[in-house]
Amino acid sequence: MTQATQLKAHSTTAAFEALKCKECGAEYELKATHVCEFCFGPLEVKYDYDLLRRTVTRETIQAGPHSIWRYRPFLPVATNTPIDVGTGMTPLVQANRLARRLGLKKLYIKNDAVNMPTLSFKDRVVSVALTRAQELGFTTVSCASTGNLANSTAAIAAHAGLECCVFIPSDLEAGKVMGTLIYNPTVMSVHGNYDQVNRLCSEVANTHGWGFVNINLRPYYSEGSKTLGYEVAEQLGWQLPDHIVAPLASGSLFTKIYKGFQEFVEVGLVDAKPVRFSGAQAEGCSPIAKAFEEGRDFISPVKPNTIAKSIAIGNPADGVYAIDIARKTNGNIASVNDAEIIEGIKLLAETEGIFTETAGGTTIAVLKKLVEAGKIDPEETTVVYITGNGLKTQEAVQGYVGEPFTIEPKLDSFERALERSKTLDRLEWQQVLV
Amino acid sequence: MSVKVLIPTPLQKLTNDQATLDCDGTSVVELLESLEQSCPGIKARLCDEQGQLRRFVNFYVNSEDIRFLDGINTSLSDGDEVSIIPAIAGG
Repeated sequence: MTQATQLKAHSTTAAFEALKCKECGAEYELKATHVCEFCFGPLEVKYDYDLLRRTVTRETIQAGPHSIWRYRPFLPVATNTPIDVGTGMTPLVQANRLARRLGLKKLYIKNDAVNMPTLSFKDRVVSVALTRAQELGFTTVSCASTGNLANSTAAIAAHAGLECCVFIPSDLEAGKVMGTLIYNPTVMSVHGNYDQVNRLCSEVANTHGWGFVNINLRPYYSEGSKTLGYEVAEQLGWQLPDHIVAPLASGSLFTKIYKGFQEFVEVGLVDAKPVRFSGAQAEGCSPIAKAFEEGRDFISPVKPNTIAKSIAIGNPADGVYAIDIARKTNGNIASVNDAEIIEGIKLLAETEGIFTETAGGTTIAVLKKLVEAGKIDPEETTVVYITGNGLKTQEAVQGYVGEPFTIEPKLDSFERALERSKTLDRLEWQQVLV
Repeated sequence: MSVKVLIPTPLQKLTNDQATLDCDGTSVVELLESLEQSCPGIKARLCDEQGQLRRFVNFYVNSEDIRFLDGINTSLSDGDEVSIIPAIAGG
């Protein structure tokens, strides 16, 4: 066999080799399973990095599709035709106005509020999970969700022609429920919080032969978040940032951005450099932030009480790994209250024209808090991950933004309203008849 | 006195593929011993060398996480239902 044929053979060979326990290292076949039988540790996908180093270059990536699938060799799917609904390659926006407001110099927003098709980072993980689900022979897919994951699973299942059943807590925002129902899946609205929904799902996960994206498909699903690391590295001109700030729910996203950066260094696509990892939680559900502050290496679960429902996970599975990463990279994990979250949503909208949901408000508010505490160097290239869209959680900001002026279709009515707008505080406008 | 225990898939190899077991015990600690009696080896999967529950194992008594109760000392009554659940990601 010639070298060329060998290389060709390699390029069509998937680089993912096995599932490996993150705790004890036991290895498993590449099936729909997520827990180590020996120690209950989470399973992770293991890759052949030598193969990737030999076969993937910046050029091969840039020649790929304008979606997460340009990084397909780093994702746990074997097919050459994954489900591609345009997910990924969202804008990395240089946030100069927000940076000036906060006193930073090089601030970027990775804007997954406009990720496709359902306006959150979950489309990344679901595109990978459902592609893998098809490879494993599943015809029905499912998930436990705080909203965004349900939207994404239902939409991409519809596109792929898979049956879909999703489980959500019954108190979700209307936009998130509608944003699932429209794709016509079966929706189970559970009286309980997300942790209770998740527990129920883990009890039914293996009883109906369904692929639960965040349970038995979790090792594959979670790998999709690595693309948030790859894209930022590529969009910064094939280099890593100095500091990232991301929301923490289960902690999975945070650990996978880290893994994404590490892998790019490992295969020689970017130069190694220290990147600080800081995480954001809502005070009403901050088990990871509390453990970080108290110097603990275990998580004490909490019962969530916050407007930031999309990140309200009281029993975060990857919390301990998130703490490890924040500590070893000299980062921080902090929490903010609901009022600060709303201010965070407004601040991002007013300075950068990006309307994010409560998770994004949490992240911006924590960014502000860390800057004010001197925990982000103004000279650092800092990337903030905005993972969801504000149109889905309008309830959160209702009453905290202005109202339109209602006027007659007459010039003098307009002039009077304009005069008012210059003199009145916005919140007062609501009470005043113009 | 009998407690119903829901066994997660990763442990069912040790329970002859049984998804539920009836066990004895007036606390979670005792229940673990009772489980070990009927399914040798199961305790080592759930607990570390110090006898503490491994950090990715969640125990629920009647749907409540035992970390909101008395941990492994949580008491059990006749007819209680205990679930053993691996940690789950998502959102």
